[in-house]
Amino acid sequence: MEKKNFTVSIYTENNLGLLSRIAAIFLKRHINIESITASQSEVDQVMRFIIVVRVSPEQIRKIIGQLEKQIEVIRAFYHTDEDMIFQETALYKIRSSHFVEDLEIQNFIKESNARIVTVTSGFFVIEKTGRRHETESLYEKLKPYGLMQFVRSGTIAVTRNEMQISGMLEKFNSNPIS
Amino acid sequence: MESRTISVEKKTAQVTVSGAEAVIRCLLEEGVETIYGYPGGAIMPIYDELYKYREQVHHVLTRHEQGATHAAQGYARVSGRVGVAMATSGPGATNLVTGIADAQMDSTPLVCITGQVGSHLLGSDAFQEIDIVGISTPVTKWNYQVTRASEIPAVLARAFYIARSGRPGPVLIDITKDAQFESLEYSYRKCMGIRSYTPAPEVNLLAVERAARMINSAKKPLIVFGQGVILGKAEKLLREVVELTGVPAAWTILGLSALPSDHPLNVGMVGMHGNYAPNMLTNECDVLIAIGMRFDDRVTGNLERYAKQAQVIHFEIDPAEINKNVPADIPVLGNVRQTLKLLKEFLVPNSHRNWRQQFEDLDQIERTKVISKDLDITRPALGMAEVITEVNRCSQGNAVIVSDVGQHQMVTCRYARFNQSRSNITSGGLGTMGFALPAAIGAKMGAPHREVVAVIGDGGYQMTIQELGTIFQTKVPVKIVILNNSFLGMVRQWQQMFFDQRYASTEMVNPDFVAIARGYHIKARQVNHRSELEDGVREMMESKEAYFLEVKVEQQENVFPMIQTGDSVSEIILE
Repeated sequence: MEKKNFTVSIYTENNLGLLSRIAAIFLKRHINIESITASQSEVDQVMRFIIVVRVSPEQIRKIIGQLEKQIEVIRAFYHTDEDMIFQETALYKIRSSHFVEDLEIQNFIKESNARIVTVTSGFFVIEKTGRRHETESLYEKLKPYGLMQFVRSGTIAVTRNEMQISGMLEKFNSNPIS
Repeated sequence: MESRTISVEKKTAQVTVSGAEAVIRCLLEEGVETIYGYPGGAIMPIYDELYKYREQVHHVLTRHEQGATHAAQGYARVSGRVGVAMATSGPGATNLVTGIADAQMDSTPLVCITGQVGSHLLGSDAFQEIDIVGISTPVTKWNYQVTRASEIPAVLARAFYIARSGRPGPVLIDITKDAQFESLEYSYRKCMGIRSYTPAPEVNLLAVERAARMINSAKKPLIVFGQGVILGKAEKLLREVVELTGVPAAWTILGLSALPSDHPLNVGMVGMHGNYAPNMLTNECDVLIAIGMRFDDRVTGNLERYAKQAQVIHFEIDPAEINKNVPADIPVLGNVRQTLKLLKEFLVPNSHRNWRQQFEDLDQIERTKVISKDLDITRPALGMAEVITEVNRCSQGNAVIVSDVGQHQMVTCRYARFNQSRSNITSGGLGTMGFALPAAIGAKMGAPHREVVAVIGDGGYQMTIQELGTIFQTKVPVKIVILNNSFLGMVRQWQQMFFDQRYASTEMVNPDFVAIARGYHIKARQVNHRSELEDGVREMMESKEAYFLEVKVEQQENVFPMIQTGDSVSEIILE
């Protein structure tokens, strides 16, 4: 079956070791994680992992099953790019001399809606938030000038549909010992 | 963690105790009577408490930590209770891993407790420090490192709840040495729920009804049941469903003994070395009813040609198993004890006489081509099946049979007769050689009134042979049968069939097993000839003490039937 990008959202308890438990599920199946982020979610004390993987639809269904099986995973979902609103952030560090001497760079930055976050006599740091192809396109443009450093965050994403985690947890709290 | 669990009201009055004592008190609260383990530096405070509580908790000193986990597994599998194993940090903890992995594959409830270096030393590569939480993560249902004594009661309550509920499995709790020494205000509340964990999915009554309709209208239905029936305590329900519907029922290796061997609708084992009829007819049935099993590759053979003609109904507690290997037309989630009970109400009586005749016809072929050869007493050397048959004759199907891994295991599962559940203890999913001897120790302690016979090959026996010391010290009256063919038989069979008889490292030069057993003061006897077999087995079974019986069997016997790798179940060969 054809592979495509899936964004996996995992709501979990905030517990030590859970990242390695989640990563192990992908490792066991020889699946490379394209990007991963973890942060506080919309629910107090509940973490949300966003993991992007390139797998077949069948594989992703099985992985969700394995993820949900973990004791401290509250729910796991998968979405295709169409179901998500997602962004990445990239930072580009370039020499001040290039920036000042080459007007083209300034144009790139303006055209791509990037932002200058730090200026020193030695270097500039530019930030660009957007889709992967946008951060990549700016990277390609700046690369010939010699990037001193480049880094890109993992994908962060929210779904178009409601996630209903709070409701699920409330149900647990109001319905002890079932 | 407190806010995320549901616990029963405070049961015990608050007292100030050390973390180590809290551990023992928690075990007592959970009804633990027997622990298997091995002491060492980082777990000494807990062992010190075990000394004080020795009247209440029986600690069995195994001779290796792997033996402790396998013994705890044997105890759990035979009794349905949670097995407990304990070890020190570092090598003690890593030695537990094989048993933990085995328990994970075979859904066995275990709580393993390991000592850990003091929390101030974590990450310093201290003496006997190992990241056992990291190492055990992929092979545990849950694990946790305790660094403060105050966490102990809630964490252990969770550990037992997780190990035994839903699809059972192993839990590892790592406790730093300072947390064992530290004091806490102890009180115990049993865990009854965890918000992020649903032990058994809610039953969908519509799915049950649909399943019943499909079963009722089936012309050639086949049940394949697994250990889920035993874990769900649904043996009686299974039997009722089978008898009501007249549907032939086959079993996976871990489902064995859930339905009595001599039940007329018990049609034998499925899978690589299973019986001829259920394997052949898997590819002819119109409805395949899978109950508490997970379609392991050793069961299905080539998935592309597995029961493609059949509608599949899958009764299963673990949602991750649905559509994992074989797509289910009707998945019925839930504990089979619940779902079979509901199912029964919708079923109509049937007998499926013609369909059952097909099983009998194929059985006849297997009897002629395989079984008669396996039991042929005109052969010069003894066959493995003859030994199992002799054990059956003495046990009358009442014994717990613990087998190891390899040819003898397949022969044991094919030939051993059982008339009660929880009687077949073997390492199924992981295939752990060395499992049987320590597992038999645990099984006998978990079911002291039952006869426990370990059947082991000469290879696997030597992987945990040191547990003879445990038998000697505890005087646990297990019976041990070694089927000695001086080969790693299953590997040798594959070398013969698929590697042009190049017997690379499969021939065993074995020691004097009888002398070794006697060295541990265990009664021992060797059977070399068929004429001595009956008497040898009888003497073993009549012994009130532990007994070791070495049987020299044919060196190059092969196990048939067999589904070769890549073949379909219906391409099973008989010779």
